[in-house]
Amino acid sequence: MSNATMNSDAARGRPVAFRGGGFAPRPQRWVAFVVFAALIALAEWGTRVGWISPLTLPRPSDVLATFRDLISTGLLFDHMGPSLARLAVGSAIGVAAGIGTGILIGLFSHVRSGLVPVVAALFPIPKIALLPLFVIWFGIGEGSKYALIAFGTFTPTVVATYGAVDNVDRTLIRMGQSFGLSWISIVRKIVLPGAMPGILSGMRISLAIAIILLVAAEMLGAEYGIGAYILEAGSLYDLERLFAGVVILSLLGVLVSAAIGVVERRLLAWRT
Amino acid sequence: MDIRLEGIGHSYDNVEVMREISLEIPAGRIVCIVGPSGCGKSTLLRIIGGLERPTQGRVLQIGVPPEGCLNPLTYVFQDFALLPWRSVHGNVSLVLEDHGIPDAEADEIIADVLARTKLSDFAKALPRQLSGGMKQRVAIARALAVKPAVLLMDEPLSALDSQTRELLMDDLVSLYARQPFTAIYVTHNLNEAVRLGHSIVVLSRRPGQIREVVHLDRPLQERALGDPELEARQKYLWDLMRAEARAADAELVNV
Repeated sequence: MSNATMNSDAARGRPVAFRGGGFAPRPQRWVAFVVFAALIALAEWGTRVGWISPLTLPRPSDVLATFRDLISTGLLFDHMGPSLARLAVGSAIGVAAGIGTGILIGLFSHVRSGLVPVVAALFPIPKIALLPLFVIWFGIGEGSKYALIAFGTFTPTVVATYGAVDNVDRTLIRMGQSFGLSWISIVRKIVLPGAMPGILSGMRISLAIAIILLVAAEMLGAEYGIGAYILEAGSLYDLERLFAGVVILSLLGVLVSAAIGVVERRLLAWRT
Repeated sequence: MDIRLEGIGHSYDNVEVMREISLEIPAGRIVCIVGPSGCGKSTLLRIIGGLERPTQGRVLQIGVPPEGCLNPLTYVFQDFALLPWRSVHGNVSLVLEDHGIPDAEADEIIADVLARTKLSDFAKALPRQLSGGMKQRVAIARALAVKPAVLLMDEPLSALDSQTRELLMDDLVSLYARQPFTAIYVTHNLNEAVRLGHSIVVLSRRPGQIREVVHLDRPLQERALGDPELEARQKYLWDLMRAEARAADAELVNV
């Protein structure tokens, strides 16, 4: 560029180039569906054309047919009922105990010093390994299944809860004290709601773990249940049924996550 | 109810932050405490309200709090300290809930304090919807709801822009005009001090000690922005503090 044109450019003025934007992902609802549809279409096409052998991956349309059978024979509900009950009871016990313990750890120095190492020691234990122990303790019936799920959701909930309690704005607690609020009021009206965002995001993790453990719990002595269904299909190398079961678990995960999303929008509407 | 400070001294670890502070806060007066940053003025206020224990000396309440007083020593904080998950109404009702007041009576009190702070139309709003000035008015309404004997105000206007600060000062003055209250008002802003203080306590830098107490007799309603006498007082205060403030500014922060 010659000096003359540069000067005339400068004199006329150039628009300032935009260089902001980006770094702020926003949800695009339809993208997820497109990705799912594309992956399934790819699998369907591959298995039909033949470059994916039916032993590697079942044909999605076959899985769908199996799924339809499950519904029409009513087997789906026979399996879903007990599974959902186990998931609900087990995770309710685990989450409730976890939130309680987490709050105590967050508020009392002695409880914190005493229990944080215990929780750290329990967290990495694969709970599935303890299943035989739970069977001895709680019997082969529903008790051991509840216990496994409860125990598995307990530790992540504790860790999320006491972290969330630590993050509650101390000035709000000082304010509560300065107005002479009782200890229980401060916990109920300031600490708990303040910790709720952290507790709920911890619950996303705990409940996903609960679904994983559900399958493990149904490995032993369960006639009905999604886990029992998947394990039976797996031992027969019936890939269509195996995948139908896996899809149910995935859907369950999405549903649970969506449910927490709804609770978050309800309880945390005060956040911007 | 009067407040008397007797030889308050305080140290954190081995750092002495204030020494031998004795002061009388008579009922119905606003006492401003000014001083360079780090002189312990906010700590002093926390000590007065019982949120912190002084290492030396004691704070006395003299006389009984007025009837119906739910929380004799009540704070207004710099950062408002509103619960973000409660509406304006809910934030005020928070401080009434532990006292077993019947709902109807509580609603009456809340309506009254919201009216006095010109917030009646915003009872249902959440804190995030409010401007800084409105948030502080909610905090003031909350403080008034417990009918305090003494208001402890910790830099209540420092988080606000200067225009909002002027407006809120007017609000405080008209609140005082309607019903005189007792307040200890900590600030680093000398203009607020000369506008709102019946007496102004000047603290030295760390360890904070009382350097001088300046009395202003003119009624609050007659003090306006740009009043030459107030300007002169403000300049006098600034001259007292300038060297201290400079020295305090050059100190390393380790408290």
